[in-house]
Amino acid sequence: MIAAARLDWPSLISLLALRDYNTRVVVLGVGAFALASGVVGTFLMLRKRALLADVISHATLPGIALAFLVGSALGMAGKSLPVLLAGATITGVLAVLFVLAVVHTTRVKEDAALGIALSVFFGGGIALSSLVQQSATASAAGLDAFIYGKTAAMIVSDAWLIAGGAAIVIALCIGFFKELRLLCFDPAYAAAQGRPIVAFDLMLMGAVVLITVIGLQAVGLILVIALLVVPPAAARFWSDDLRRVVLISAGVGLISGVVGAGLSALIPKAPSGALIVLVSGALFIFSLVFGAKRGSVWRWLEARQLGRRVAEQHFLRSCYELVEDDPNRSFSEGALAANRVWNAEELARMMQVGLASRWIEPAGSSQFRLTQAGLESARRVTRNHRLWEMYLITHADIAPSHVDRDADLVEHVLDAEMITKLEALLAADAAALVTPPSPHRLPSVLPTGAAP
Amino acid sequence: MQTSARDRHDSPTNGPATGGLESSVQPRPPARTAGAEHPADCPLSIHDMTVAYQRRPVLWDVEYDAPAGKLIALVGPNGAGKSTLIKAVMDLVPKASGRVTVFGEPYRRQRRLVGYVPQRESVDWDFPVSALDVVAMGRYGRLGWLRPVGRADLEAAREALDRVGLKDFASRQIRQLSGGQQQRVFLARALAQDAQLYLMDEPFASVDAATERAIIDVLRAMRAAGKTVIVVHHDLETVPEYFEYVVLLNMRVVAHGPVRDVFTPENLRKTYGGRLTLLEEAAHKLAKRDAPV
Repeated sequence: MIAAARLDWPSLISLLALRDYNTRVVVLGVGAFALASGVVGTFLMLRKRALLADVISHATLPGIALAFLVGSALGMAGKSLPVLLAGATITGVLAVLFVLAVVHTTRVKEDAALGIALSVFFGGGIALSSLVQQSATASAAGLDAFIYGKTAAMIVSDAWLIAGGAAIVIALCIGFFKELRLLCFDPAYAAAQGRPIVAFDLMLMGAVVLITVIGLQAVGLILVIALLVVPPAAARFWSDDLRRVVLISAGVGLISGVVGAGLSALIPKAPSGALIVLVSGALFIFSLVFGAKRGSVWRWLEARQLGRRVAEQHFLRSCYELVEDDPNRSFSEGALAANRVWNAEELARMMQVGLASRWIEPAGSSQFRLTQAGLESARRVTRNHRLWEMYLITHADIAPSHVDRDADLVEHVLDAEMITKLEALLAADAAALVTPPSPHRLPSVLPTGAAP
Repeated sequence: MQTSARDRHDSPTNGPATGGLESSVQPRPPARTAGAEHPADCPLSIHDMTVAYQRRPVLWDVEYDAPAGKLIALVGPNGAGKSTLIKAVMDLVPKASGRVTVFGEPYRRQRRLVGYVPQRESVDWDFPVSALDVVAMGRYGRLGWLRPVGRADLEAAREALDRVGLKDFASRQIRQLSGGQQQRVFLARALAQDAQLYLMDEPFASVDAATERAIIDVLRAMRAAGKTVIVVHHDLETVPEYFEYVVLLNMRVVAHGPVRDVFTPENLRKTYGGRLTLLEEAAHKLAKRDAPV
């Protein structure tokens, strides 16, 4: 890290132990905000309204600047946080109403309406900010903190204000959990059930406005969207259950907020907002790779496992076909090689696997035979393959010359349920079945003995 | 199509005289059981309903009383307004005019009595919920605000899943289900609601044969329990086999009544007639007036 030279252990330890009063204030404020944004962000993501949150956050700038101007004019301390946040709330809500009005009364599409609201409100905010910079005293310089985030400026009353807002948002999401879940999953059904979906949408947007406003100090208005979107997206890689997704998203948010704020305390002049977002981004990448539900490592392992199973089953079936007439007969590696299109390395590896799994055992000089366990597995695998071949021929009108290849693909994913169905289907016409001219000999119609 | 429907259409006395294009007067449904005229006994009564999207009418002057305790197919070409009719009944799309009552009362007072099975494509099946979670949504209507889903609700949801043959799939994430299974989850959700009138939007759309069987078995069991089921249906061939009553719809009710009386080639021709009907032309004209600036 660039600032590693300045990173000394005593300050790190005192940071971790929350020894410093200021640190505790920042952890409280940022942590509460990030936790709540992870919670409400999950519903926002599932309602597919993340862009609206971006509009809201950008639209807070004119409100902040106006509140500062009006507050100063009225002789109040212009930088008082509640006043500025009240201004931010007002313009944030106005932006939402603007978007809704445009979408519902004109033919302008939603994405265009969002773009218009975002740019116009933000443009107005920049214009007003420059007015603030020109007119006001040095105290005006603090407005930058709302654009890029500056936790260092946070005082204890700010932190409690943030915690209060966060508590309201979390309470709403927990209290209306079942309604929000229904709204996000199936709004038409929710409406048919008499749920006021417009009111719930407004509540969700209200919660987002609140989160945006309390997050301004921590991450700034440009990056606040990240903490609404990134934690839920990361959490989705870990669970398929909404309750858990919400919890994990809250956790990702909390860790991002606290770790990011901590880093910004250690690295002088580092903007806290950027660091918080970078930490959440790192957690997202980690989830994308290692996530238990859809992470790429997991999927890769699954694919590899399937590949292995396929190879094993092909090997077993090849062995079985060689000794089908007399299970005790031995065979050579060469015979196996001739029975199937193998590449030499693959076959050698499968021989190793077969020996290690005790499916085959040596029988004299470079001869092998199937063990009892190997025979049973091989019989089952072969049976599945042939069941599927027969199904393709009798029920799917696939040309018999193609069924072997098709069955090769499908036999490995047949589960017990499908096999039972196949058996029931084929039992009826099994007697009349003509043996398909497949590359494999089919001495009996249905190999029996091995239950699936 | 069953031949009986064709055989009978020659004799006009058998079926109710269906109005032609120019006639807005719809035939009354055939004789019902005594007392059925009382609207409180009528599961669904639609009077003079017109529905328009952005000023373009999609349903004109719909007049319909559903017979109680029957399986009713709602049939018509694409764009005939079948889904719209169902949605308008449930106040999901605004009505330009008309009145709808469910067992004699407006829909908003009878929500619990109406079970809705939306089209499968209407939701995102990647949503992080299990099959059981979705079915339990059918109980939300009877749960108050803020009340979490309780044990009894989960029990009812499990039972509903069992009825559609998905008992073992309760904890599956819904993305892992096949299309037919997803459709059955929606059906189970409506069953869990224990309603009296069911409105189903294409429950047979692109499902496997096993699912079609399972669904029709459930529908018959529902009829046996006295429920009224109105199903948007696409497959004309199975109408006579699955349903006893039919509503032929193409922006207006072309005909309705028992399948054997109403499901005639002549009525089907009227419903599916290839040419633009005058209604459609008028609708286009009305829509043009709302053209963007």
